[in-house]
Amino acid sequence: MLKVKDSCTGCGKCEKTCPFGAIKVENKKAVVQDNCNLCGGCVQVCPFDSLELERKVEKKDFTNYTGLWVFTEVKEDGTVRNATLELLSKGKELATELGQDLCAVLLGSNVGELAGVLARYGAKRVYIVDQPELKEYNTDAYSTIIIGLITKHKPNIVIIPATPLGRDLAPRIASTLEVGLTADCTGLSIKDGLLLQTRPAFGGNIMADIMSPNTRPQMATVRPNVMKMAEPVEGARCEVVREKVSIERGLLRVKVVERTRTSMPGEKNIDEADMIVSGGRGACDEGNLRLIEELAKVMGAAVGCSRAVVDLGIKPKSHQVGQSGKTVSPKLYLVAGVSGAIQHLVGMKSSDVIIAINKDPDATIFQVAKYGVIGDLYELLPKLTEAIKRERGL
Amino acid sequence: MHIVVCVKQVPDTTEVKVNPETGTLIREGVPSVINPFDQFAIEEGLRLRDKVGGEVTVISMGPPQAKAVIQLGLALGADRGILLTDRAFAGADTLSTAYTLAKAIQKLGKVDLVLCGMQAVDGDTAQVGPGLASTLKIPQITYAETVDVTEGKVRARRTIEDYNEVVETRLPALCTMTTPSNFVPTDPPFSKIQKAKKKPYEEWTANTIGADPEKLGLKGSPTWVKKVYAAQTKEKAIIIKGSADETVAKLVEILKKEHFL
Repeated sequence: MLKVKDSCTGCGKCEKTCPFGAIKVENKKAVVQDNCNLCGGCVQVCPFDSLELERKVEKKDFTNYTGLWVFTEVKEDGTVRNATLELLSKGKELATELGQDLCAVLLGSNVGELAGVLARYGAKRVYIVDQPELKEYNTDAYSTIIIGLITKHKPNIVIIPATPLGRDLAPRIASTLEVGLTADCTGLSIKDGLLLQTRPAFGGNIMADIMSPNTRPQMATVRPNVMKMAEPVEGARCEVVREKVSIERGLLRVKVVERTRTSMPGEKNIDEADMIVSGGRGACDEGNLRLIEELAKVMGAAVGCSRAVVDLGIKPKSHQVGQSGKTVSPKLYLVAGVSGAIQHLVGMKSSDVIIAINKDPDATIFQVAKYGVIGDLYELLPKLTEAIKRERGL
Repeated sequence: MHIVVCVKQVPDTTEVKVNPETGTLIREGVPSVINPFDQFAIEEGLRLRDKVGGEVTVISMGPPQAKAVIQLGLALGADRGILLTDRAFAGADTLSTAYTLAKAIQKLGKVDLVLCGMQAVDGDTAQVGPGLASTLKIPQITYAETVDVTEGKVRARRTIEDYNEVVETRLPALCTMTTPSNFVPTDPPFSKIQKAKKKPYEEWTANTIGADPEKLGLKGSPTWVKKVYAAQTKEKAIIIKGSADETVAKLVEILKKEHFL
């Protein structure tokens, strides 16, 4: 229920904010109407902290839930995805603060050797389920096994990279266990012994701090490329707990029947690239993204693009940055011919250095850029490519 | 075949602005629209129905004004619309929403395929679809761009990272849909909007679906939003202009200064 405390002065800020018109000031007091949707918008604007969404912290004993688990995403080449190493790096800080163990969960086929890598990034213990059926990710098999591990070992916190795989897996686990799960976090910290999860909403315009006090484990998916990866500690070791699981054939309900690579062999992938040169519709010259690609090549950068470029059939979707594409945060994002639709901005605005080139001085892309170049990319990019070639002695 | 499409009414995120002082959304004058991924899910469901026969039911959970998105679904061609609306549903997080939708779908009886948008553009969580599949204990295919049904199986095409995939599972199943590059949402003509008003439309409450009150709305939501605030705005960009040669020289200097060259 939404409670109005005595300290309410009837200032009316809540009334103006409520998107449902469900709060009215009567006799200098806010009065909650029947159509209140409990969205909490009013709680955020009250200058006197007079509004409160009343909820009880249940006095359940969670002391037997301990440890912070990180899910290990294994890449096709058999190595650990950076997103997992980033989570271990962050997880190590959080686990230290809680005085609990940092653990990794590793599923796959012939993946045992990766425990060493996980140890170097801070894992004290690695739970391994290593079976041929787990070579490729399967929603049913992976979720069922992890649910089993969680039920058996009772971790306090489980964090999973918010990659396509992680976003497929995590809600399946959380829903079955009926525990809280926060999607796509960009910040994690400990507050009052609980995991405080920070995530963007409304296309990154607002941030929300979220907690799950009444359920365990506390679960979150975390956006790749946001947490800083720590330096690996050479010689670090960890305990290995191997679990054997029998996987019924009937459990593998979803099958991949066809799989084709969309990127060229040897092409730089934007997911983990340090530098990305990216182009939008404005950079598509006679049906190609040549100017962007040439600059990327001399810089040693990966090629990104906006949705419009994919829509035009110029680049495959694997290059697309933005809401329906990939979220990236390279050290350098150099972008030309993108006006800056919010759908694109959410996918790249956390990049370290953004350099934007656009003819229109009012283009929204300049709002997220560190350096804004007002000019004609058709004139600038070839010259820039040549200049860099000279710098690099190419 | 019975296809159920789950949809959500969202504020038009392209119109949403933030009050930099309070950090709250300025919702005044922001139109409510159907989540774009959900409209695609409806249209894909209808295409499938027209191909293999059967019916499409559109359901949504939301306040009474969310009727508008159900009406849109009916105008696009859906056969039946259900709005789950009850004070008890208010304040639901993704777990509670998935539970509520699951109870409604179970009440519908035989359902072969559930379609959802990949995510809603207001929260971007992408959690309700998989959560719903999990609650219904059916397999899920996420990020589908097109779905087809043959011999009791659903086959979906999707792009996951650097791969195009064709994925298959048996029915009943749930697919979350993402819009393919060439998708243009249909704007139904007035005549169809008028006709849609005569199609079966119901409003269901917690009672109708026989839900456990402990699992509904704010009460049934394990995640608590503690604080909402405006995202930090970046410092203003350093603007570079001038002749092409000057600009390029400055850019090279910047790239060196930032250690990219």
